[in-house]
Amino acid sequence: MIRPLSSKGKLVAKTGNEIAAEAMRQIEPDVVAAYPITPATEIVQIFSQFVADGIVKSKYIAVESEHSAMSATIAASAAGVRAMTGTSSQGLCFMWEMLYIASGLRLPIVMVAVNRAISAPINIHCDHSDTMGARDSGWIQIYSESVQEVYDNIIQAVRIAEQTKLPVLVTMDGFIISHCMELVEVYNDDAVKSFIGEYTPERYLLDIKNPYTLGSLDLQNYYFEHKYQIAKAMIDAQTTIVNIANEFTKCFGRSYNLYEKYMMDDADMAIVIIGSAAGTVKMAINELRSQNIKIGLIKIRVYRPFPKDNIAIDLANIKSIAVLDRSDSCSGAFSPIYSDIVSSLYSEGITTPKIISYVYGLGGREITIEHIKNIYKTLNQIMLGKDQKDCSIVHYINLRK
Amino acid sequence: MDKYNEKKDKYTTATTIPIGDIVEAGTASTFCTGNWRSRKPIWNNTKCINCLICWIYCPDSSIKLISKSNKTIVSGINYTYCKGCGICANVCNIKAIVMEEENK
Repeated sequence: MIRPLSSKGKLVAKTGNEIAAEAMRQIEPDVVAAYPITPATEIVQIFSQFVADGIVKSKYIAVESEHSAMSATIAASAAGVRAMTGTSSQGLCFMWEMLYIASGLRLPIVMVAVNRAISAPINIHCDHSDTMGARDSGWIQIYSESVQEVYDNIIQAVRIAEQTKLPVLVTMDGFIISHCMELVEVYNDDAVKSFIGEYTPERYLLDIKNPYTLGSLDLQNYYFEHKYQIAKAMIDAQTTIVNIANEFTKCFGRSYNLYEKYMMDDADMAIVIIGSAAGTVKMAINELRSQNIKIGLIKIRVYRPFPKDNIAIDLANIKSIAVLDRSDSCSGAFSPIYSDIVSSLYSEGITTPKIISYVYGLGGREITIEHIKNIYKTLNQIMLGKDQKDCSIVHYINLRK
Repeated sequence: MDKYNEKKDKYTTATTIPIGDIVEAGTASTFCTGNWRSRKPIWNNTKCINCLICWIYCPDSSIKLISKSNKTIVSGINYTYCKGCGICANVCNIKAIVMEEENK
């Protein structure tokens, strides 16, 4: 958990879902369309209560499915207002085709996604299979380690979306973050409202003085160019995200980047991870560091766009790296973060670090400090050149094979 | 080069086309669909009773109208956009519009 750094806000105890609803109350989007799903239900349930009680002026659209939730959110955003939604797992899957429409039409939608395993077999607990599946959909993806990060990321996401004209997905780990209460520093409403500012879209469908067609048939002559625009926007988004994070630090005190480096300055070994388990890794690293073991952590915050250049530089002098994925791509090869890390390094001409792939925590399977310490033992063996073949396959943590 | 193709040349690269699949309003007027036609409607001025049913049904707004002594009457067919679908000829009760081969 991140201890509050400044006393600009108020300290409260809230769960991830509660803080997401609180952030949405402060952002006060014009339209929220959502459908309940465990473990994200509370977000929109609490928010719909704010609407019913007249605490926010937002329009809440109770829809019959997630497909309609994303459709209504897209329509509202295209019409020219701030639109948000929240979902999880099967709900995100049901939104699938609409996700691409949101990014393809370049609509600055912000969605809070609570990470949960995908059926079958049915399971409501955390892994990252749902949002990892959406990694190529043209949505910016920001992962959160703690309740505080959920809050801070949602506030920043509004501005990131509106500046980059790309939809943004802010994630938190199901139950681990969504349902666990932590101490959070919340900022006052005026500070948040002035940080996000008024939304003034350049073009919107209800601007009757400047009519245009949105979402028309786009064949061989233009489709490719439109897709390239999204790819380019995703690359450019890195600078925008960093700039907004810096401004956030000025306003609220807490600092963010595309990824967080923990004990990396003199590290020989490194673990790369995403989401709440980064906290577990930090605890393990603290213990290992007390035994003078030079191990560090890279916690990816912004997974899309993937910060490939900087990460390659930061990992260039590491001797052995473990990449921990909370989703298995079932590809016969490797899982998503591992593939991104390896290709980032290789494309920069960095081929010296030995990199090992781990999959952990599917369906909410526990990961403990002891598991991380075992990973260190393997990393140490690899670094000493004693265990080379380990890097050629995916390893599974805490699985009964 | 027709008007449509001139417009295409102006918007050719990913940096010059509007983002997000935006198409400016009214661009259908620059897209001359008349060259799609294999059969063309022929309007008979003397038979026509100006009921305007053809005008209502035409999907391409290609039935030309004018005002004459406080009445709106048909003045011809706009072959720049008429695709030759034949709906006008089909709905005309008195056969004031008939279809002919385009290259007759």
